Amino acid sequence: MTAHERCALPGMVEEFLFKEAALLDDWKLEEWISLFTEDARYVVPSTDLPEGDPGRDLVFIDDDIVRLRARVTRLNSRHSHRERPRSRTRRFVSNVRVEETDEGHLWVRANVLVYRFRSGEGAPYVGAIEYILRRDGGDFRIAHRRAVLDLEDLSWHGAVSIII
Amino acid sequence: MDIQDLIVDDRKRGIFKVHRSCMTSYDLFRRERERIFDHCWIYLGHESEVEKPGDYRRRTVAGRPLFFVRGSDGQIRVFLNSCPHRGAQICRSDTGNAEILRCFYHAWTFNTRGELIGVPGQDAYGPGFDRSELGLKPPPRVDSYRGFYFVSFDAHGEDLVSYLAGARDYLDLVVDQAEDGMRVVPGSNKYAIKANWKLLAENSLDGYHLVPTHRTYVDYLTGLGTDDSGGTLAARPPGRGRALGNGHCVSENISRNGRPIARWHPIFGEEARERIADVRARLVRKFGEERAYRMADLSRNLLIYPNLLIMDFVAISIRYIEPLAPDNMAVTAWHLVPREESGAALAARLDSYLTFLGPGGFATPDDVEALESCQTGFRATETEWSDISRGMLKPCPGTADELQIRGFWRQWHANMQGLDTANVQDGEPAKSQAAAASSEADGRGRRRTGER
Repeated sequence: MTAHERCALPGMVEEFLFKEAALLDDWKLEEWISLFTEDARYVVPSTDLPEGDPGRDLVFIDDDIVRLRARVTRLNSRHSHRERPRSRTRRFVSNVRVEETDEGHLWVRANVLVYRFRSGEGAPYVGAIEYILRRDGGDFRIAHRRAVLDLEDLSWHGAVSIII
Repeated sequence: MDIQDLIVDDRKRGIFKVHRSCMTSYDLFRRERERIFDHCWIYLGHESEVEKPGDYRRRTVAGRPLFFVRGSDGQIRVFLNSCPHRGAQICRSDTGNAEILRCFYHAWTFNTRGELIGVPGQDAYGPGFDRSELGLKPPPRVDSYRGFYFVSFDAHGEDLVSYLAGARDYLDLVVDQAEDGMRVVPGSNKYAIKANWKLLAENSLDGYHLVPTHRTYVDYLTGLGTDDSGGTLAARPPGRGRALGNGHCVSENISRNGRPIARWHPIFGEEARERIADVRARLVRKFGEERAYRMADLSRNLLIYPNLLIMDFVAISIRYIEPLAPDNMAVTAWHLVPREESGAALAARLDSYLTFLGPGGFATPDDVEALESCQTGFRATETEWSDISRGMLKPCPGTADELQIRGFWRQWHANMQGLDTANVQDGEPAKSQAAAASSEADGRGRRRTGER
C-alpha cells in the first residue's frame, strides 16, 4: 500500500459504511446484499455473551450468504409481520477504525446507533459492528459482519427484526 | 366481573371463550401472582449452568430476586438475593464464580452454603445476636427433576414429581435423547413482549397460527428444496394436542422438518446423514422402536404450567416467561443440547435452532408482533371475548385444535378460584367450578391448603 493509499483508506472505508447504512435505512436490501462475498457471514451475538461464538454458543443471528439472502427475501415479503408496515430507521455510524489484516484484508470496527420507530414507539439499538472487508477494485466487499449490541437485553424491541 | 365468569366452557356446544380482562386487568394480575406464582413450582434454571463449585447464576423468578450456586460440596443451593442484614443484593451480576459471597453494603460475608461467616465488628452486637439465624434464606421449597431446578414459594403442596403429572413423560422424552445428559450452551436470548404472559403460553402451543403467521419460514424451507413443512393447514399432518394435568399441556407433531437428534433434513447437509442415522439407531437399541419414534420423529412444544416451555422441534429451547405487568413480559430462552455433541454436530444443531427460534430467527419476531397486536386490540373493550373453541368436539384434537390451550386456561381458571385442580379435558360436561369450590370433599377440586 502506498502512503497515499494509506492516507485515503479510512475515508474510503467510512464512505463505504455510510453507503451501506443508507441502503439499510432506505430498505434497499437487494442492493445491500450485493455488497457481500459468497462466503460471507453475518453474526449478532446474544446480549449476555457479546464474545459468543456461533459454533459453540447461543447467538441471535448466524447467517451464511444463503440464509442472509433468505433474510432479505423474508424482510421484503409482505408476510414479514414484524416489519409490515416497515419501521423507520436512522443509522449513525462513527468512531471508525481500520486495520490491515495479515491476509491483506481490512478489519474495521465502527460504533453504530440505529434508531427504530414503529407502532408509536421508538428505541435505539446501540453497539459496535466489526467487519472484514475485502478489496474489490476501488471498492470493498463484506466478508464478515458482526454486530455486537451494548443493550442488556432486547426488552425495547422484542426482536432483532431489522438488519443491525 | 366474577372470577368464575371469566371463562365460558360450554362442552356441550363446543364453545370456549376467555374474557379479555384476563389479559388487561391489574387486579387479576395481582391475583395471579398470589394464587398461581406464589403456589406452583416455578422454573429456576438447569444444573449444567453451574458446573463448577462456586459457579452462580442470578435470576428473577415470580418477581423475586434469586440466585443459585454450586457449593464446594457439589450441591446446588438456591437463595433469595437479599442480605439478611439490610436487604442489599448479595449477588450482583447474572453469572460468575465465587468462593465467598460478600454483601458490598456492610461487608457481611457468607459461604456458598449460605452460612453467615463474617460480620465486621461483631463484638458491638448484644448477646441475642445469633449468626446461625442470619444466613442466606432459601425459597420455601427447591427441587429438581432430571437437571431442571424449580422453586416454590409455598412451603406446602405436592412435591415436584407429582406436580409435573403427565408432563414428566414428555420431559423424559427430551432428556433421554442425550447419551450423557443435557447441558445449556452459553448465551441466552433475552427479550420482552409488550403483551400478557398468557398469550405466549397460548402461542407456544398453537399449531393453528403456524402457516399464516410463519409463512416466510415455510417459504424459506421450501426455498431450501423441501416443502416438508406443509404450505397449507390442510397439507400438514394433524399431530396431537394434549392436556397433561395440572395445567401442563403439549402440542405434539409428526416432524416434517429436520430434528438434529435423529431426523436428517437438507438443512443439516449431506455429511450429517450418517451421524444422524447412528443416533437414531442408538435410541432404538436403548429405548425400543416405539419410544425412539416418539423421541426422534415427533416434535413437541411442552408447557410446564404456568410459565415454562420446552420447545423440542428444530432444536431444544427452554423458554421462560416472567410476567412483568398485565401487558408486559420478559422472556429468556436457552438452548439445551446433548452433552456428547461437539464440533460439526453441535454447530449443525446451533444453526438449526436459529432458523426458527429466537428473536433473530425467521419466526419468533412475527409471534412477538402477533402478541403485541392482540394486546393492542384488547383496548377495544367492546369486543369482550377471545375464542379458543377449535376442535372442542373432536375425539382426537390435533395441534391446530386448541385442547392444549384450553387445558392451560382451565387450570388457570381453577387456580384463580382457589382450587388446586381442574378437569382440564374436553368432552365431559364441566362441573360448575363454583360448585366444586364450595365442596371441600370434592376430589377433583381440592381447595388449597392455607387458602387466604
